[in-house]
Amino acid sequence: MKIAVRNDLGVTILQPKGRVTIGVGDVALRNAVTEAIEAGARKILVNLGGVTTMDSSGVGELVSAYTTVANRGGILKLCELPMKINDILQITQLITVFEVFDTESEGVASFG
Amino acid sequence: MPSEVTHVRISIGSRYEHIDLIAVVIDDALGRLGLDEDARHWVGIAIREAVANAIKHGNQQDPDKDVDVELAIDDDLVVIRVMDHGEGFDMEEVDDPLAPENLLKPSGRGIFYMKSFMDGIEYGPRSDGGGTVVTLRKRLTAATPEV
Repeated sequence: MKIAVRNDLGVTILQPKGRVTIGVGDVALRNAVTEAIEAGARKILVNLGGVTTMDSSGVGELVSAYTTVANRGGILKLCELPMKINDILQITQLITVFEVFDTESEGVASFG
Repeated sequence: MPSEVTHVRISIGSRYEHIDLIAVVIDDALGRLGLDEDARHWVGIAIREAVANAIKHGNQQDPDKDVDVELAIDDDLVVIRVMDHGEGFDMEEVDDPLAPENLLKPSGRGIFYMKSFMDGIEYGPRSDGGGTVVTLRKRLTAATPEV
């Protein structure tokens, strides 16, 4: 699993592709968020459009990332959720925690 | 229902990277049994959780300890057993991940996933007494879970 990192209007965009699952994708996501924070990022948008599978460890990493960024005074949002990832966030009720946007441009714009 | 798939058994060492192998084999078997892509996706997630738990909690990530996965057919049910060499636990004592105080915890959703995506789940000791088995059941006519 690879994570593309880019910046748009001061928002750090992380775009994982493939499976975010235990021992592989979850670690990559954790490392990407840690590196972004250490580089000073406080506005982070995770584009999940390329994620095919997310197990409970992957969801756990998303939650960890959310709280880690919040504890640093920042905010982490999500965009372009595939249907199955949206279902996962609905089932786990985490859809009530994250700000979610249909498109990356809407997500970037939401940071103001 | 095609009758060509009646029994599958796979053993892996306790390494997370082997979970993908199990996922591929089980997905193929479920496809031959007629489950559609959505149903296979959710069953696959549940199996990933069961195997990950077996590796992490059951076998303590000891690569020399195997995780055994069996798939069998019981009437209109597909029955998947995931076996490890651990001591097991009481499923009723697992925290509710939907409780407000647990919602932002980074872990503790694996059992919940399995309960959500399967039609039945139970934990118990292996018949040979050497570990724990989680049994997952899914109706072959299953639909995508409601959210």
